[in-house]
Amino acid sequence: MSRRFVEPSILPGFSLTFGFTVFYLSLIVLIPLSMLFFKTASLSPREFWEILTATRTLAAYRLSFGTAFASAGINAVFGVIIAWALVRYSFPGKRIIDALVDFPLALPTAVAGIALTELYAPNGSVGRYLALAGIKGAFTPLGITIALTFVGLPFVVRTVEPVLEELDPQLEEAAASLGASRWYTIKKVIFPVIAPAVLTGFTLAFARAVGEYGSVIFIAGNMPMKTEIAPLLIMTKLEQYDYAGATTIAIGMLLISFFFLAAANFFQWQLSRKYGKV
Amino acid sequence: MSVRTEPRSIRILIITVAVAFFALFLVLPLVCVFQNAFSKGLTFYVKTLQHPDALAAMRMTVITALVAVPLNLVFGVAASWLIAKFDFKGKDILLSLIDLPLSVSPVISGLVFILLFGAQGLLGEWLGDRNIQIVFAPPGIILATIFVTFPMVARELIPVMKAQGNEEEEAALTLGASGWRTFWLVTIPNIRWGILYGIILCNARAMGEFGAVSVVSGHIRGLTNTLPLHVEILYNEYQFAAAFAAASVLALLAIVTLVAKTAVEGMMRREH
Amino acid sequence: MSIEVRSIHKSFGSFKALEDVSLHVETGELVALLGPSGSGKTTLLRIVAGLEKVEEGQVFFGGEDASIQKVSERGVGFVFQHYALFRHMTVFDNIAFGLNAKPKNLRPPQAEIRARVSELLKLIQLEWVADRFPGQLSGGQRQRVALARALAVRPKVLLLDEPFGSLDAQVRKELRHWLRRFHDEFRITTLFVTHDQEEALEVADRIVVMNKGRIEQVGTPDEVYHDPANVFVLNFLGNVNLFHCRLDDGKVYFGNIGVEIPGVASDNARSANLYVRPHQFQITRDAGTGTSIKAAVAYVNPAGSVVKIDLKRETGEMIHVEISQAEFAALKIVRGDIVYVSLRDVTYSEYQI
Repeated sequence: MSRRFVEPSILPGFSLTFGFTVFYLSLIVLIPLSMLFFKTASLSPREFWEILTATRTLAAYRLSFGTAFASAGINAVFGVIIAWALVRYSFPGKRIIDALVDFPLALPTAVAGIALTELYAPNGSVGRYLALAGIKGAFTPLGITIALTFVGLPFVVRTVEPVLEELDPQLEEAAASLGASRWYTIKKVIFPVIAPAVLTGFTLAFARAVGEYGSVIFIAGNMPMKTEIAPLLIMTKLEQYDYAGATTIAIGMLLISFFFLAAANFFQWQLSRKYGKV
Repeated sequence: MSVRTEPRSIRILIITVAVAFFALFLVLPLVCVFQNAFSKGLTFYVKTLQHPDALAAMRMTVITALVAVPLNLVFGVAASWLIAKFDFKGKDILLSLIDLPLSVSPVISGLVFILLFGAQGLLGEWLGDRNIQIVFAPPGIILATIFVTFPMVARELIPVMKAQGNEEEEAALTLGASGWRTFWLVTIPNIRWGILYGIILCNARAMGEFGAVSVVSGHIRGLTNTLPLHVEILYNEYQFAAAFAAASVLALLAIVTLVAKTAVEGMMRREH
Repeated sequence: MSIEVRSIHKSFGSFKALEDVSLHVETGELVALLGPSGSGKTTLLRIVAGLEKVEEGQVFFGGEDASIQKVSERGVGFVFQHYALFRHMTVFDNIAFGLNAKPKNLRPPQAEIRARVSELLKLIQLEWVADRFPGQLSGGQRQRVALARALAVRPKVLLLDEPFGSLDAQVRKELRHWLRRFHDEFRITTLFVTHDQEEALEVADRIVVMNKGRIEQVGTPDEVYHDPANVFVLNFLGNVNLFHCRLDDGKVYFGNIGVEIPGVASDNARSANLYVRPHQFQITRDAGTGTSIKAAVAYVNPAGSVVKIDLKRETGEMIHVEISQAEFAALKIVRGDIVYVSLRDVTYSEYQI
């Protein structure tokens, strides 16, 4: 790497765009976000630790990260199946389904929240059948997982789809010509190629689900210690004007999220380093 | 049967699972919204949407988007030019910082503005002395929306501009065009579909944002309510049909967004 | 093991890729499928491998009908044009893939697999890359790994699709010779696709020249080059000059110059096309016996193993000639010189056009 800050280019506008980008980024994102740390600094480490390890906080973290993990897992499995069906097969309605994959990103979360609650409530059109099987949908961690699965659906599908599309057909032909069965080929040749994309999609869905608020609060039931997610706990603290408490819980959430993201990135980096570039 | 496919039975199974998952998680909620919206008839539906509070909420939503989208568009174009055209130190860090708002919970996005501008906040006293209200008022809603939609245009434009390369701009410069002329005559036409794509996605999120806006709004009817917040208030008051009527407007917006997005994707594909 | 292809028909939509193609390859032969792109050569190779289905026709390996077998059961070694190496596996695991993919009861023990892979790595002279990933290899190395991978399962026949197509000229030449030596040593029945006539002429025992989904000629390199079956083969294998001429009384007439050529049968005078390869001309400074053509030197390119000269006749017709460096040195031709060209050792064959 050179010691220069910017590589020379005949294209103009570096100073202008760099200045504007950093200015706007600081104004809208960095200064406001730094308030989190500014606020926590007013607490003693003991106070901070007490809020963070309060049983209600821990229950909320466990619920938020647990349901986010479960929903991202569900999306990883079904996302791969959906991407596979969309890329490999042709069937009626395929184009519509392909366009609808992004629906959860386009639909305001509050709308998704009330619709899913209505469907999965004990008297709702789906909840009714779940109730017959003795399963409670809405107002339980299962309901939260359902809402999070909805919002996270596009991520795995959209990261796996292009990788499947660009997969060299000759790889599968080579495997077949070497005597491999179809299942062996999928397991040993195709899956390792799409695995990094699945991991990326999982991570994106997980990150989105951890912070999700709008689609969850209606279906969650919001019982402290039972179905109260971390973002809702922040909201509750705010309504009680406990800004320090809200901020502490927010910091805790961010730290745990970044720990997970860093782990995923590290794993990703290991994969890419190992296989080199082709 | 080609080498690259599975037995028919497996194929049918996979398609069935995919379609069933779709029906359960995507189609059913959509049907549910419209069914409930019209459960008390068309007259009630129209009346609900013409209610002054509903109209005020729609106005607030549109105003928010009208401020947030253009600002983030200008930022998106500048940032993508910077990142696609130049190599400089710390570029990766800048990229992750730009993406940061997407990995922060909407509730936290709202919280930071309360910590900054709220009565107990850093600038609270200063603002209070001058009688300037930012949180629990429209400026707070707009700021929180700009925050959550911050990277949405940039994220779409950066890959488009990167794929375009520098050659066309360099050619224009060697032919004697100025930097601005090159930007307007060469760069912008090349990325116009990417710009439109970014605007569509950014607008959808700006109009639909709930969590962040909910924190800073204060839920003052007719004043600081956006349409998604209006849906929440009606729902919590057990006015289900009215809540779904308002929600149906947002669902329609989502459908229009998807159609427009698919159309733009078609245009982008055709040009490449 | 011998390969027999019997009246294969194959179309993609309305495009007829192969029409009634039959071919026999003897055990231990090295045969090239040569043709321009779109001639159906790759399709034929993929059909032999079982990678494409056919509408009509059969493929036999050693007299046994392979048409009903899936590709994974055929026991062919297929080397893809772009190698198709598994980039998430090491070179070792790539080569071992076919052995590890066998069902448990047929799979050799790991020690045996290791020994087999080492043996193949030695064969391709790449023992030191066993633990590397394909992304870390050069094109020529990848090509050799792809070949080793195909050989690991001890295939009955070896099929190569444009094996040197995406390599640099220098590496191409090396690998070409390596393939020939490898084949001479192991004698696996081999079929390879190429669009490069030089490659086919240099490496193959026999060449199958294909065009528009049909086989134009099958023969040894000597046969297809010196005794082409038709104009297409003649044109495809090397450069050729075309003259519109008149046949009369056992002579070929260009304008008013008559050249006697053995083998010309013509009772009645008629017009014909004469094809002459550039090296079949001879250039002299003098008119000689009068059966030579007068022409001006328009262009000389002495760079290469032969000297390429373009001559312009008084009629405006161009003649492309190749002479040896020694002849060129003796003649001392420069641009603008007037010279005389005549034919040497010409054999004549008439073609249906």
